[in-house]
Amino acid sequence: MVDVFRHDVVIVGGGGAGLRAAIAISEAQPGLSIALVSKVYPMRSHTVSAEGGAAAVAREDDSLEMHAYDTVKGSDFLGDQDVIQYFVEQAPKELTRLEHWGCPWSRNEDGTVSTRAFGGMTTKRTWFATDKVGFHMLHTLFQTSMKFGDIDRYDEHFVTKLLVDDGDCRGVAALDMRTGEMKAVLGRAVILATGGGGKVWPFTTNGNIKTGDGMALAYREGVALKDMEFVQYHPTGLPGTGILITEATRGEGGYLLNSEGERFLTTRDYGVGTKAELGPRDMISRAITQEIAAGRGVKVPGKIGQYSHLDLRHLGEEKIDSRLPFVRELSRTYANVDPVHEPIPIRPVLHYMMGGVDTDIDGATELGGLYAAGETACVSLNGANRLGSNSLTECLVFGARAGEHAVQYIQGAAAGDEARFVAQVEAEASRVEELRGRRRGGEKVSKVRESLNDAMEAGTGVYREQASMAKAVAAVAAVKASYEEVSLDDTSKVFNTELIAVLELANMLDVAETVATAAVNRKESRGAHACSDFPTRNDSEYLHHSLVHHTPEGPRFDKKDVTLGVWEPEERKY
Amino acid sequence: MSQETKTFVVTRFDPDKDEVPKTQSYEIPVEGDWKILDALNYIKDEVDPTLSHRWSCRMAVCGSCGMNVNGEPKLTCKDPVSNYGDTVEVAPLSNFPVVRDLVVELEGFMEKFKAVKPWIVVAKERAVEEGTTRQSPDELADFKQFSMCINCMLCYAACPVVSNEPDFIGPAALALGHRYNQDTRDEGAPERNEIFRDEGGVFSCSFANECSEVCPKKVNPAGAIQQAKLRNVLDWAASFVVKRGGKES
Ligand SMILES: Cc1cc2nc3c(=O)[nH]c(=O)nc-3n(C[C@H](O)[C@H](O)[C@H](O)COP(=O)(O)OP(=O)(O)OC[C@H]3O[C@@H](n4cnc5c(N)ncnc54)[C@H](O)[C@@H]3O)c2cc1C
Ligand code: FES
Repeated sequence: MVDVFRHDVVIVGGGGAGLRAAIAISEAQPGLSIALVSKVYPMRSHTVSAEGGAAAVAREDDSLEMHAYDTVKGSDFLGDQDVIQYFVEQAPKELTRLEHWGCPWSRNEDGTVSTRAFGGMTTKRTWFATDKVGFHMLHTLFQTSMKFGDIDRYDEHFVTKLLVDDGDCRGVAALDMRTGEMKAVLGRAVILATGGGGKVWPFTTNGNIKTGDGMALAYREGVALKDMEFVQYHPTGLPGTGILITEATRGEGGYLLNSEGERFLTTRDYGVGTKAELGPRDMISRAITQEIAAGRGVKVPGKIGQYSHLDLRHLGEEKIDSRLPFVRELSRTYANVDPVHEPIPIRPVLHYMMGGVDTDIDGATELGGLYAAGETACVSLNGANRLGSNSLTECLVFGARAGEHAVQYIQGAAAGDEARFVAQVEAEASRVEELRGRRRGGEKVSKVRESLNDAMEAGTGVYREQASMAKAVAAVAAVKASYEEVSLDDTSKVFNTELIAVLELANMLDVAETVATAAVNRKESRGAHACSDFPTRNDSEYLHHSLVHHTPEGPRFDKKDVTLGVWEPEERKY
Repeated sequence: MSQETKTFVVTRFDPDKDEVPKTQSYEIPVEGDWKILDALNYIKDEVDPTLSHRWSCRMAVCGSCGMNVNGEPKLTCKDPVSNYGDTVEVAPLSNFPVVRDLVVELEGFMEKFKAVKPWIVVAKERAVEEGTTRQSPDELADFKQFSMCINCMLCYAACPVVSNEPDFIGPAALALGHRYNQDTRDEGAPERNEIFRDEGGVFSCSFANECSEVCPKKVNPAGAIQQAKLRNVLDWAASFVVKRGGKES
């Protein structure tokens, strides 16, 4: 028998979105019992690594309308405009709440909160706490969550399955990593806040835990994943590791240079106009890729590929140390470069997934009782290209909204037949038990993961082609087959990280399948999806969201309308 | 050029199978710019998938990867392999029970962490409509350094008091409590100071300063604790002047 734990709402994920949802539920209806399940201690969640800032209108020279328009345009008109409108309205409130909860936002001399410039944003509206914004936001949320007595944490518990009966989601099966035992964590609503899946690609800013678990969990239960072809390449990752150097470096005035020392964003036409280094990420990543292809790349001894230079020297040591201390630490530690004295070699690096679990503006999915928020969700704020600093705020705005709506939902929701959920968890326990330490003929987990990474890098890079995307679809299917043959060595029940890795690999394979499928089906270029064979945007045929559903026969591709309403699509030029 | 190799002597312990921890040696090729974590991941991926260790961000900010390297507590994703000779010992952090291999038990710490009330305590929560609180850069600087802790636990592994006095709240958690006491938005100092004065609080600290020396984020918990002691004494003295429940400054 598995142990059963009963709550009102189960949240999967203790990053920015999950913690914000937990607090929102506690505030909406004190006394509700909340399970917060996370595969790492919440303060280890990858929100911790966000550097540059969180966007919300704060200045006199700014307006909600400007923030909304920047976001719509940044999204290449694939963002839903009602969602964007709600987002910009809530954003200042959410960041203010965080301020009340103790977030150490950087300050102006008069004591007001400072804001900085960010890519694609018309004016300074990115709130920051030096260049460790995600770290401070996450720790503030986590520490604040501790004052709410009704949040029961399941730290280091890995969710392997959603419990669904009769079209309603009522809990999760969670593997207690410490004991190796499976638990039934039940609730009348479940919120997925499991973050993105950057580890599907080899060169990424994402940490080891970002394996797209929540997307795969929902997908397997028949929930559509939306706009998965849109993955963001951040222009500035460090050689070798892919560690991020934040866009705030350019917000503070940094330049991008090619091997000839030329500020190519100002001298050549890459569509970013006078925004130059503060253009949106999709365009700047393409510009760097083209500069390298044209033979103006910078080589780094001992490192694969070529780079551009991010030059901060003219900012001076004082500004670098006061505004960008973490950038200096990271550059020195991981690239052996001191940005005060030398330019930093960088290249585009897989950073963020615009797509995710299809939700409406309330975070609700097509499955009763299942909500999603944060990077794992696709509420359609970001469309085809996210603007930097919108996603931390998104975690707050839509984490809170999903939490509040889950509270409304459970008022009328029956708990369902517990015995059937427990039976599902028991079946899940046997499946995982069979997987642990299983011997098959095939490769190690790490090798299969590498094959997957290679396939996705080749097929879904900064630039894509029909042929390479089609190849990626086939390659992912082949890797999926080889997954069945993976051999495992670790038979222990206690903290078996090989078992976790193989479960994560299965999730990444499902995510990869949807990315490749959606990509090959979009025969145009829009936002981050730059297709060499179809170099222009094609609104008459492709102004729609992509949906991918799981079926026993393989992924099924569908379309969904974009909500316009305020701004009609126009050419995206800066 | 022949590839450099090093031998990693790694502590192994599986409570399902072992009575006591043992060590296992792995001789592996290393790259010049590797960190200790890269070596462990190489072992895990290429040599021995049964090795268990925690890591995620690999950029020195999530706090997962603290271990003892040649007996010193280190953040392994920041600790260069090139700092070491041909043989490197990697063991779990001291002063914590071991769950498995290099993974230590954090539950005790999580309780201490919560005990210092690491959140803004106010009599009345401010409404969003009131907007943000004003806080000058100098007021921010009074606590900013103490808000930089990544909970990597290196300071607990280094602290001589933690090893003798298991109930000692310890460097990271005390520094965090002090961080909130120093924040102009907070009114919780009287509550926290009572906790600080209790057994296991700030006065248990012998100011060995080991915590600040090993801190990879320069949080200076020893400094925070010294400040907290002083503030406690002053507040305690002041409590004779202004009656409890009297006007607060
Ligand atoms: C290096 C970097 C810098 C960034 N900088 C910025 C920035 O400056 N501004 C900005 O707006 N955005 C930034 N982003 C993006 C932003 O940080 C993320 O999109 C956001 O933090 C995601 O938060 P989240 O809560 O959705 O997920 P995460 O913080 O990733 O949390 C996911 C949670 O889910 C849990 N989880 C996952 N799978 C499971 C499972 N199977 N079982 C149990 N628990 C599970 C994890 O334990 C974790 O707690 C950055 C991203 C990166 C990688
Ligand atoms: S892996 Fe995150 S701090 Fe080392």
